[in-house]
This record gives sequence, structure tokens and C-alpha cells, in this order.
Amino acid sequence: MMGIETEYGISVPGHPNANAMMSSSQIVNAYGQFALQGARVKAHWDYDVESPLRDARGFDMSRADADPSQLTDDDAGMANVILTNGARLYVDHAHPEYSSPEVTKPRDAVLWDRAGTHIMLKAMELAAAVPQALPILLYKNNTDNKGASYGCHENYLMRRATPFADIVRHLTPFFITRQVFTGAGRLGVGQDGRRAAFQMSQRADFFEVEVGLETTLKRPIINTRDEPHADPERYRRLHVIVGDANLSDTATYLKLGTTAIVLSMIEEGFLRGLDLWPAHPVAEMHAVSHDVSLTHALTMSQGRGRTALDVQREILDKAVDFCSREVHAPYDDDTRHLLVEWQRVLDGLSTDPDSLATEIDWLAKRALMDGFVRRDGLDWDSPRLALIDLQYADIRPERGLAARLEARGMLRRMFTDAEVARAVTDPPVDTRAYFRGECIRRYPDAVAAASWDSVVFDVPGSDSLMRVPTLEPLRGTRAHVQGLLDSAPDVTTLIARLSASASR
Amino acid sequence: MPQRESAEQRRVERETDADEASTASASTAPSELDADVDSILDEIDSVLEENAEDFVKSFVQKGGQ
Repeated sequence: MMGIETEYGISVPGHPNANAMMSSSQIVNAYGQFALQGARVKAHWDYDVESPLRDARGFDMSRADADPSQLTDDDAGMANVILTNGARLYVDHAHPEYSSPEVTKPRDAVLWDRAGTHIMLKAMELAAAVPQALPILLYKNNTDNKGASYGCHENYLMRRATPFADIVRHLTPFFITRQVFTGAGRLGVGQDGRRAAFQMSQRADFFEVEVGLETTLKRPIINTRDEPHADPERYRRLHVIVGDANLSDTATYLKLGTTAIVLSMIEEGFLRGLDLWPAHPVAEMHAVSHDVSLTHALTMSQGRGRTALDVQREILDKAVDFCSREVHAPYDDDTRHLLVEWQRVLDGLSTDPDSLATEIDWLAKRALMDGFVRRDGLDWDSPRLALIDLQYADIRPERGLAARLEARGMLRRMFTDAEVARAVTDPPVDTRAYFRGECIRRYPDAVAAASWDSVVFDVPGSDSLMRVPTLEPLRGTRAHVQGLLDSAPDVTTLIARLSASASR
Repeated sequence: MPQRESAEQRRVERETDADEASTASASTAPSELDADVDSILDEIDSVLEENAEDFVKSFVQKGGQ
């Protein structure tokens, strides 16, 4: 099970000092009022069980030690809504953020991530329609090229029993090298982008340590935040912060799909014996991103140097082997498709990277820049190229350059507009997001609060709120609760039925 | 600003063309990409924000996660 949380860049053109938290709140509230019109009281986020300072290595950081930016569980009156598709739309660190509902397949992760961009676009339009409001622009990128970065985080549900040291050991080389297809492209090297050169990743230069709890400073390649949002005895939620926000569906699909397979192999102990540890992980994270020729050889702690593509191929070979063994079922058509795509993209990167400009963000962006350089004789420090970098991620279909490429069939899409529109309103059917989203849709007056692992009801005639935990992420699916919901025209009936089944 | 309006209209016209083109070029072969890139540069000229330097300079973000 997995999900994606994306913080969007936000700006008010002509007003660089506009308060970003206020603008972000306007975005979230505008959408909340539109999408949840039936709600008597907007459902709050239920913070009861969040623990952002818990560390996967087994200790808790004390609040006094924590930087205030690490405290995400004190609400501070921030705009925060839960949507009928099971997602959370809220303000996080001066950015509007969309956290997708939980899904089981990488393909669905792409779809509900796209739905998020669609929701942000609608929110932007709604906020602009408020009389006297200044237009707000949103960008699906990760840096302002002036030293600030904001994330697109992936989350993967893992078995608690998996040793964390195995995760660090095998995931680190994978993360450093997956940039060859996950990079969204960036003109500027260094956190403040001072050197005008093109690199693969928006995020790479912001990573400073190998392992750690922080997400806003001293960012680690492997983040140890351990809030499972599920039964902590059984599950860990691996919080991945190294990724770029992708505009390309193929890139998002490969990013989630390949990572999920690698995590399955780690859980099964299948990668023991594979030593791909680089001698200097953080430096290699930067070096791989800076090497758009794809020829840089990483210095390994053991054995000969390898290019990023070599490392990816070794991991892919393991994955093919792993998935072909029946013992690791269920490996189905979706998994086979993913492996084929992974192979195809690695092959393309080795033989003819430009052929992937229709699918991989950094290659699509660079092709545009190359075109301008060729036609207009621009230098790489030209503001026009910097604008192309930024505007590639503008989410407006008429202005965003990725969107313009898509409209011409020059950036491949995986979903139709109709499919995306459905995912804006409907939850995935095969996780607890179904229960959450359907409760918001069916009983808008009665949901007082919700979170990843709870829905809290305000039952008419009852003095106290009723909290329904959803600690098993794969329960609360359509197969599991649709009958129950259909048979409960109101929340009083729903709670009565839930109580009856719990006491049986 | 009348100038801006006419730029807006031009953009709308171009988009209509682009929409028609998208159906036709759905199966673009990689070898045709160079020509496609050249042809999209004109379109991008028309959608890029005015005054690139100021626009990029004023895109300042607070930190995030």
C-alpha cells in the first residue's frame, strides 16, 4: 500500500512578499467550501494518534529538542479538509499540500496524484473568483532556486518486522540511482541554484545526510519518521522524501512501482548479499543528478565503480528474478508491466536518452531548453531558460509547459480526463480510503473529524463523539463495507450496525 | 491593457490548433521529435510569462519539508 503527498509551490505574481500561509489557506478553504458544501461543520483532522517525532530507529525525540518546523501535529488553525476521494488537502509549512488516498497499485498512485493536481487547479480558480482576491499561481515543483525546497513524499506500508538496517542498506543505492528516471529536471546547481547548469533532479542538492528524522533541514536520503498511521505492532510506514514532484505519469508510475518492488525484496530478505553501497552516498546523490551524460561512475565501497544505470540494472535483474518465483506471489500482470517499463526506460537511457523526452520529465524539460538554446542562441544563464524551468511545473493547462507538451501528445499521459475527474471525487476501492471518503460523501453532517486511521462521528442525540479506528489499512474497502454503508441511510444506523458487528 | 488581450486571443487560437494537433500526433515517433520541439517553441513563446527575469526573481518560496 502506498500514497503520495505533494507540497505545491505557491506565488502571487507581482506580490513577492504575500504571506504564503494565507495564500495557501485561501486555496484550501476555497476548495473545501466548494467540495464539501453539504457539510454542516467541516471535518477536522484527528490528530490523536499522530507522532511525527517518533523515530524508526526506536527512540522518541523530545519536543524541546525539536525545531518548530518539525511539529506538524499542532493544528494552529490551519486550513485542513478531508475529501470524498479519501485525500487530505491542507496547509503545510506555507505550502498547500495534497496527500493522496491510500492505494495498492502504482498505477492508482499516479491517478490519484493527478487528481490532486486537478483539485489544486480548481482551488486556484475558486480562490481567484473571490472578489478582490489576487490571483494565486501553483507549481508542481520542489525548489525556488533560491535555497528553499518543498517535498513530494512517497509513503509505503511495510511489515514492522523488517530490520531498518536492511532498508537503509538496500534503499540508499536505489534512491541515489533512480534519479535517472524520477528527476524532474532543474536549471541550477547548488541549493540556491547559483551555477547555471542543468541537472536531473529538483531535490538532490538538498540532501545532506544519509539517515535521519528531519524533513525540513539536514535532509536525509533515508528518512526515519515512523508514524505508521496503522497498527504499530504490525506495520511501519516508510516515509520517502528524496523524490521529485513529477509532471510525467510515466515517471510517477516508475518511481512508485520500482520502489515498491525493491521494498518487497527487502522485506523478503531477497537482496541480502547484494552490496551496492556507494563510498560517499550524499556526494553520489548530487553527482548522479549533475551528470546528465549518464556516464559518471559511482565509487563503491566494494568492487568496481558503476554508473547509475549499472546499479539500476543490477537491481532490476534481481527484481525480475524475484517476481518470477511463485513463492513471492501475488505477482500479476501489473507487476510484469512495471518490470517491462523499467527495463524499457533503462534501455532507452543507455542507447538513446532523447527518445524518452516524451516520458521522462528531465529529458522533456531539457529538450525544450535545448530547442531555445539552438534557435535563439541563449546562454544557460538566460532568464528565459530559468522561466522555462519554472513554468514547466505551472499547473494551469494553458500556461504550464508540461501541460502544453501533453496537449500535443509530446508527453505521454496514462489517463483520460474522465478517469482523472472520477478520481477527484471517488476514493480508491481497495483500501480504507474507501470507508473514509464514502463517510465524508454519505454523512457530511456527521463526520466531525477524520485521519488516516480514524473517522470520528458526531452522532445526533449522543453527548460524546464516536471514534471509529481504521488501523488495518486494507480493511474498510468497498468489498468490505459497501453493503454496510448502503444499509445505513444515516449515521445513527451506521454506528448501531458497527457496534453490533464489533460486539459479535 | 489592450495589448495583453490580443496576446490572450492569439494564445487561445494557438491552443485550438494545438488541440487538433494532439489527436493527430498521438503516435509521434521519437525520430520526429526534433521537428516537434521546433514547432512547439513558437507556442511556448506565446505562453511564457512576460519579463522572464522579474518573474523568476519574484518566485520566492518559504521552506517546506
